Amino acid sequence: MVTGTLAALVLAACSSSGGKQPAQASGAAQAGVADTPRMTIALITHAPPGDTFWDLVRKGAEAAAKKDNVDLQFQSDPDGANQANLVQSAIDKKVDGIAVTLAKPDAMKANVEKAVQGGIPVVALNGGIEDWKAMGVQGYFGQDEKIAGEAAGERLKTDGAKKALCVIQEQGHVGLEARCDGAKATFPDTEKIYVTGTDMPSVQAAITSKLQQDPAIDRVLTLGAPFALTAVKSVKDASSSAKVVTFDTNKDLVTAIKNGEVEWAVDQQPYLQGYLAVDSLWLYKVNGNTIGGGQATLTGPAFIDKTNVANVEKFAANGTR
Amino acid sequence: MTATATEPGRAGATRDDRVASRSLAARLLSRPEVGSLIGAIVIFLLFMAVAVPFRNVANVGTILYGASTIGIMAVPVALLMIGGEFDLSAGVAATTSGLSASLIAWNLGLNVWVGVVLALVVSVAVGAFNGWLLFKTGLPSFLVTLGTFFILQGVNLGVTRLLTGNVASADISDMDGFAGAQKVFGSEFALGPVTVKITVIYWIVLTLVAAHVLLRTRAGNWIFAVGGDAAAARAVGVPVKATKIGLFMAVGFCAWLSGMHLLFQFNTVQSGEGVGKEFIFIIAAVIGGCLLTGGYGSVVGASIGALIFGMTQLGINYAGWNPDWFKTFLGVMLVLATVVNVYVKMKADRR
Repeated sequence: MVTGTLAALVLAACSSSGGKQPAQASGAAQAGVADTPRMTIALITHAPPGDTFWDLVRKGAEAAAKKDNVDLQFQSDPDGANQANLVQSAIDKKVDGIAVTLAKPDAMKANVEKAVQGGIPVVALNGGIEDWKAMGVQGYFGQDEKIAGEAAGERLKTDGAKKALCVIQEQGHVGLEARCDGAKATFPDTEKIYVTGTDMPSVQAAITSKLQQDPAIDRVLTLGAPFALTAVKSVKDASSSAKVVTFDTNKDLVTAIKNGEVEWAVDQQPYLQGYLAVDSLWLYKVNGNTIGGGQATLTGPAFIDKTNVANVEKFAANGTR
Repeated sequence: MTATATEPGRAGATRDDRVASRSLAARLLSRPEVGSLIGAIVIFLLFMAVAVPFRNVANVGTILYGASTIGIMAVPVALLMIGGEFDLSAGVAATTSGLSASLIAWNLGLNVWVGVVLALVVSVAVGAFNGWLLFKTGLPSFLVTLGTFFILQGVNLGVTRLLTGNVASADISDMDGFAGAQKVFGSEFALGPVTVKITVIYWIVLTLVAAHVLLRTRAGNWIFAVGGDAAAARAVGVPVKATKIGLFMAVGFCAWLSGMHLLFQFNTVQSGEGVGKEFIFIIAAVIGGCLLTGGYGSVVGASIGALIFGMTQLGINYAGWNPDWFKTFLGVMLVLATVVNVYVKMKADRR
């Protein structure tokens, strides 16, 4: 009797759908491993902890490191001065190469130049497209946020939008500002709103209130995938007819595009940024190659919408797009 | 007794002033939450005057929702502060709770409700751990919970990556029990023109229960006593340790409630969320009249503090003010509310 009830309880406790799938692959493209000597590369970013976007950058870098027989040391700190210190500690450790984001170029300049002068090859990724050349960095992988913003604005125009709300989740972040400014340049009726990115319920309430205040807004342009998914809820709360469009993707966002909840996403291919940064340093070390011919290597903007989402979906399920 | 309220001027003039009755107005004004109430009215009138959408009844739901997500945590944090302690881990503890429920259910393929119940155990245990560590080490709670704050941040990120390979919990909306749990933690209903989110109900119920406990029960007296002077309280037989650990566990329980809302409202939880919210809870409690030194305060006040925060945050959007200055407006509003609060309290104490 007791065991019967217990068994029934245990059975009832199981979920018949969803959950972890046993066959889930770890992601990264599978390939052989280079037989070049083991080297150490530091990837130093301004990522806040637990951000889905940076997780993709890291996975790309790890995939390249695995193939190139590289010991990858991933470090990050959103604070400019702290990130610069991480570069210094990489110099102290005498790593073979440094890949660094230059979102706060002024804070990074001194230590990056010190690394370059000390003979450590440095590449930049994701942020700092205006500044990397002046520091003696040998390559840049990322998108020009302004161009990406302009592309988003163009797209809004061709979609026939009337007024857009650009949602900035981190105040004072130059890359995010550049996106909104770029969108405003090609789609003038764009308004900004600042929200607290680490507090989702307040993001939802803030977007809802803005939509209630200004019913003319018919597009919400978010700058990160989790915020787009939250904006979808805000639109519903405000009983607004606005459509949600966004920068950057993750697994759930790809599903949302497929379901039609989100119209499109500007993809800058974060996985590629991490991958190319590490791979280019490896190429330079083993064969003296540089990528980009002194110009930035653009990894975006590319658009993901209903027409091409199926192609991206299978990779997103692995957590690599 | 009944007559004194109607004859304010003469009361106490001829009798020993220790047992004298004070006028109704003076008694009202000396309540800790009155300052925040007046602050709330001022801010309400301000936004009514400058923000057109603020006047729309249908938008009340949005403001209440914004306030409720703060208020659910501000209530237990206020109780804890009255009991003389801080909890800096309260914000990330909610994230921990949401992640626990999601990861347990997803990883083991269990019914979502099992995850929800186990997350409650985790959350209350975190609270108990805070309290236990406080007494074990004898350190100020500011330090102890600062430690927990960092520990939980790391655990949130580390465990999530370990189990899912990603930095956000997987979407569990297709699992058994999700629909039911969403009804309990993330639903909404229409009340006339207003859409009320369920967190608003939790917030109000929590406020009423906590206010009753604080003002009408023996446990409430204990809370004031341990916050006022722990040694004296112990001397007269108040179970200081149990009271304080109980308060930390109450914070844990409410962190669970907000964590469940986070999970069932958004289907996934980002592991980096919740940082910085701990101060907002404390600020709401302080606006509501809690002293940073303990022994004095009000949960109703803390809820009004949360309401002030919600109104200000969204009122600025409703008013359409230049968003560059958002945080500045917020800061000025909060300082104003607190100043009004202190001023009223000072006036009342002088009578």
